[in-house]
Amino acid sequence: MMRIKRTIKYEGDRVRGFGKEIMNVPGCAQLQSCIQCGTCSGTCPLSIYMDFSPRQVVALVRADFKNEVLRSLTIWLCASCYACSTECPRQIPITDIMYALKQRAIKEGIYPRRFPIPVVATQFYKMVRHHGRVTELTLAMKMFLRTDWFAALKFWRLGLGVIRTGRFSLRSEHIENHAELDAMLASVDNGNGKAKEAA
Amino acid sequence: MNTNQKNGEIRIGFYICHCGHNIAGVVDCAAVAQYIAKLPGVVVSRDYKYMCSDPGQELIQQDIREHQLNRVVVAACSPLLHEHTFREAVAAGGLNPFYFQMVNIREHDAWVHTDRAEATGKAKSLARAAVSRVRFHRALETTRVPINPDVLVVGGGIAGIHTALTVANSGKKVFLVERDPSIGGHMAKFDKTFPTLDCAACILTPKMSAVRSHENITLWTYSEVVKVEGYVGNYKVTVKRKPRYVNEELCAGCLECITACVFKEGKYPDEFNVGLSKRKPIYIPFAQAVPPVVVIDPERCLQVRTGKCKKTCLEACADRHAIDFSQKEELVEIKVGNIIVATGFKLFDVKRMPQYGYGRFPNVITAIELERLVNSSGPTSGEIVLRDGRPPKSVGIVLCVGSRDVKTNRWCSRTCCMHSMKLAQLVREHTDADVTVFYMDIRAPGKGYEEFYDKSLKEGIQFVRGRVAEVADWGMSPEEEGMMVIRVEDTLAGFVRRIPVDMVVLAAGMEPQADAPEVRRMFNMSCGTEGWFLEKHPKLAPVSTFTDGVFIAGCCQGPKDIPDSVAQAGAAAAEAMALIDKGYIEQEPNTAYIAEADCSGCKSCLPLCPYTAITFDEAKQKAQINGALCKGCGTCVAACPSGSISQNLFEDAQIFSEIAGVMAEGDEVEAPGVPAG
Amino acid sequence: MKYSYFPGCCVKGLGRSYEESLLPVMQRLGAEVTELNDWNCCGATAYISVEERKAAVLAARNLAIAEKTGPQDLMTPCSACYLVLNKTKHNIADSPEINAVVQRALGNAHLAYKGNVKVRHPLDILVHDVGLDVIKEKVVRPLKGLKVAPYYGCQVVRPYATFDDAWNPTTMDRLLATLGAEVIPYPLKTKCCGGSLTGTVPEAGLRLAYILLKEAVRRGADVIAVVCPLCQLNLDGYHDQIARRWGAERIPTVYFTQLMGLAFGMPPEQIGLNRNLIPMKPLQSELTRV
Repeated sequence: MMRIKRTIKYEGDRVRGFGKEIMNVPGCAQLQSCIQCGTCSGTCPLSIYMDFSPRQVVALVRADFKNEVLRSLTIWLCASCYACSTECPRQIPITDIMYALKQRAIKEGIYPRRFPIPVVATQFYKMVRHHGRVTELTLAMKMFLRTDWFAALKFWRLGLGVIRTGRFSLRSEHIENHAELDAMLASVDNGNGKAKEAA
Repeated sequence: MNTNQKNGEIRIGFYICHCGHNIAGVVDCAAVAQYIAKLPGVVVSRDYKYMCSDPGQELIQQDIREHQLNRVVVAACSPLLHEHTFREAVAAGGLNPFYFQMVNIREHDAWVHTDRAEATGKAKSLARAAVSRVRFHRALETTRVPINPDVLVVGGGIAGIHTALTVANSGKKVFLVERDPSIGGHMAKFDKTFPTLDCAACILTPKMSAVRSHENITLWTYSEVVKVEGYVGNYKVTVKRKPRYVNEELCAGCLECITACVFKEGKYPDEFNVGLSKRKPIYIPFAQAVPPVVVIDPERCLQVRTGKCKKTCLEACADRHAIDFSQKEELVEIKVGNIIVATGFKLFDVKRMPQYGYGRFPNVITAIELERLVNSSGPTSGEIVLRDGRPPKSVGIVLCVGSRDVKTNRWCSRTCCMHSMKLAQLVREHTDADVTVFYMDIRAPGKGYEEFYDKSLKEGIQFVRGRVAEVADWGMSPEEEGMMVIRVEDTLAGFVRRIPVDMVVLAAGMEPQADAPEVRRMFNMSCGTEGWFLEKHPKLAPVSTFTDGVFIAGCCQGPKDIPDSVAQAGAAAAEAMALIDKGYIEQEPNTAYIAEADCSGCKSCLPLCPYTAITFDEAKQKAQINGALCKGCGTCVAACPSGSISQNLFEDAQIFSEIAGVMAEGDEVEAPGVPAG
Repeated sequence: MKYSYFPGCCVKGLGRSYEESLLPVMQRLGAEVTELNDWNCCGATAYISVEERKAAVLAARNLAIAEKTGPQDLMTPCSACYLVLNKTKHNIADSPEINAVVQRALGNAHLAYKGNVKVRHPLDILVHDVGLDVIKEKVVRPLKGLKVAPYYGCQVVRPYATFDDAWNPTTMDRLLATLGAEVIPYPLKTKCCGGSLTGTVPEAGLRLAYILLKEAVRRGADVIAVVCPLCQLNLDGYHDQIARRWGAERIPTVYFTQLMGLAFGMPPEQIGLNRNLIPMKPLQSELTRV
């Protein structure tokens, strides 16, 4: 049975002020000048996997379509290669806009729960918060456990390989002066008056 | 003129203009008028909505008559706009126009301040200063300086050609100076012109011939302007005539000398074919060159460089003896009254966008190179082929190369959409290739241009809206092997595409000429932030500059197509002709004069005058100023050690009283340091 | 020539052969390298995905330590760390808001940062500080006949193209030529290797690595030289998955410092060449034959 879908956006779908908030991030005000040329999408190596192209994301942000943007996979698929920001004829820092959107999505809890990328980001964040450094094996394990641990099986050759070549380490990485880092991070106001960790 | 002095009494009329909301929105005009009314010598003090209007001007004239005014002050906009208007009004009222002083309380006050109280206070100070100063004004007469009716046109492209012909047709004498060996400019290189697809040479060469045969045009090609002195109506210009080593009068254009040259083949990049073919050191720029005279490249010719050559060219020209290696560079001085600068543009260097592969991939070319390929007089006799001689099967035309990009040039080059569509149509005409145009916006605003766009669509040219990020040489699918691949987001269709092409054409944008900064300084012109020569007003004075007597036309003022260049050329010619037909310039009487009694004969002033207006009377041992030559720069006035030189309209008493007027504290109504009369 | 050294989490882990080749090379060339005391993770691309100001604070701790203990030239081999530390430097200088947050955080830990640290990549240090002439002198075993594809990746040239051109960098090309190798023209030298996506979204990330491998093989390269540990892992560690999806493109990937070590006559095991998943052995034996 063919299911047809109705897609139309009403004014109520826009979240007025969202675009301005993103533009407040240092450097991102330039997105006001976007002429939708598509150079960013053309040069982005991951754009062919994205639901909205980088160009579309900029248009959506500017038009205050917050929900559409924060729920997209696009912002997570950005590899931070900075090709778009370098080629943009209006010098819009698109990569930094993607970071700002990632931060918003995590802060508001809008991201696909079993999608590996935001899971890695949040686990990485916690690990560094607690240890000051990243232990690669632990990070990989946490990712697989929280997303799809069958997927880990595909990495068996890599796993054996790094053990064989001695690149594998069971040691847990951490810094000595942890209190110092704690004090520093605790002093950052998270925007709501309290020094609180993200979700 | 009636000075209207009743018993030597100064009678001042003061007017403050509201300028609608422009001034009155910030300055309390009524308060200023009331304040000024109390100053000594002020007989009439009014505020009015629009002083420059007819009723406003009549108000001044009426008051002069009824109140026997002998001084008038108007506080309004910039003198650049209406000083002339009010001086005329004062003169019409029967008073010498130089008894008038204007105060700028718009650009200098209302438009730059927001605090009403402070702005009003400033307006009062400025007005008080003017009222103090104007007491010391004297009656002056303008002088009329005759205008030299000859015109210099710099640049022999379509704009320069058209403006020269227009002026020459009216009977005036024109000097047309062109740097290249032939006139014709960029247009001579084109094949067809949009939107009519007229052959460029067919419409241009008649005008070029007309220039050559016109009795009123002196055509100097292979020449450059090197120095400009003087002022409107009286310019003295030095032109450097470069030696072509060929006598223009004697050369018949038979081209035997080129065939005979010791270089058997062309070796150096041919400029007309934009480097796609080679020429010899002796060459003619193109078949229809004007003048149809051969030229010898001094940097490549063996005889000129080393003195050691068989000189077979001389032998070939034995009957006419047109070749003359003894020619030298000549500096010629001419006197003209007006100058029209039409020096054109240069193309963006596409090597600055390395991602497009120009120089790396042999089949990435620029639009002008494609023009030469398409042209039957070009290096391939009109065949559009790849470097290896095969016709292309798939052509990609990339728009906005170098334009609309903050990293290179911010502006839109205006003509590329149209000429790219034209080239696309010509490629379809000459070959079976698929043509795709990659664009951000299609700009087709002229007459017939939108229809031309439709014609392009109807001819099956593909348009993809997406700015090309890169031209790559690695394939990801079988049809891409050996091709160049354009990866682009087809923004309208909504997906990323890879399009294999075998020829890429880059629509390079326009830029100011490389030596535009030197040229504009020579002609005393300004330029915008982008480097294009600056017009006096973007809407209302597109061909005048801030230097009277110097006009601009064509692409040197900004990117534009041929119809607009020709229109501007005509406009510049008309503006110049208007000045010439009037016959004279009314010289502002702000000239310097010497109080002979005080002159000590030290001669300090003589070498300072840029207009050589000062001479020394040996008999009297005093310096003398020729008022007709003086331009009122003020240098001698400032330099004179004995203070014997003064300047009309800027006398010491006038300036000091103006300063005192501004500096007076608070709401004093005494105009300080000023006796009546 | 003295440098502080910020290894980063990856160079101490999966990318250890980078350090194993970099440090001896620096020593051979007379440069003094001191590991930054108690350095913490720079945050890479993950931390800033969560919280921006804390990311700046995290990275700034390292800058403050380097400034305090000196030397103030901070050598950062991993491209991601290089980018993050440079970005943090710029943000502190350009954004009063970030600067205020960072200085307050540093103050809480009795640290401060005044902007005096220079973040340098070893490629920059070796070619511009040490110089190609000095390097050439130390070459005992020129890499004659070895065809190398110079792969820079993205984060060492974008967005901060401080020591080379962003579109066509040539620092490594010139260095490899000095070692006697044949540098093949490689237009994909700054294309993304997939970054962290090879582990999280392999379908997308691995394809980028595949394209790089395929083109290097097609253009006749024997080996790919990299400057970043994540690029090395992506180009070295996933050949089985890539072969399964699109086809095998077997070519080893080594750090440029390992090629330097080889040319300087250092034994392969010492410079971590035995840690490659795709071994360079066949080529090694050619080269190690004196």
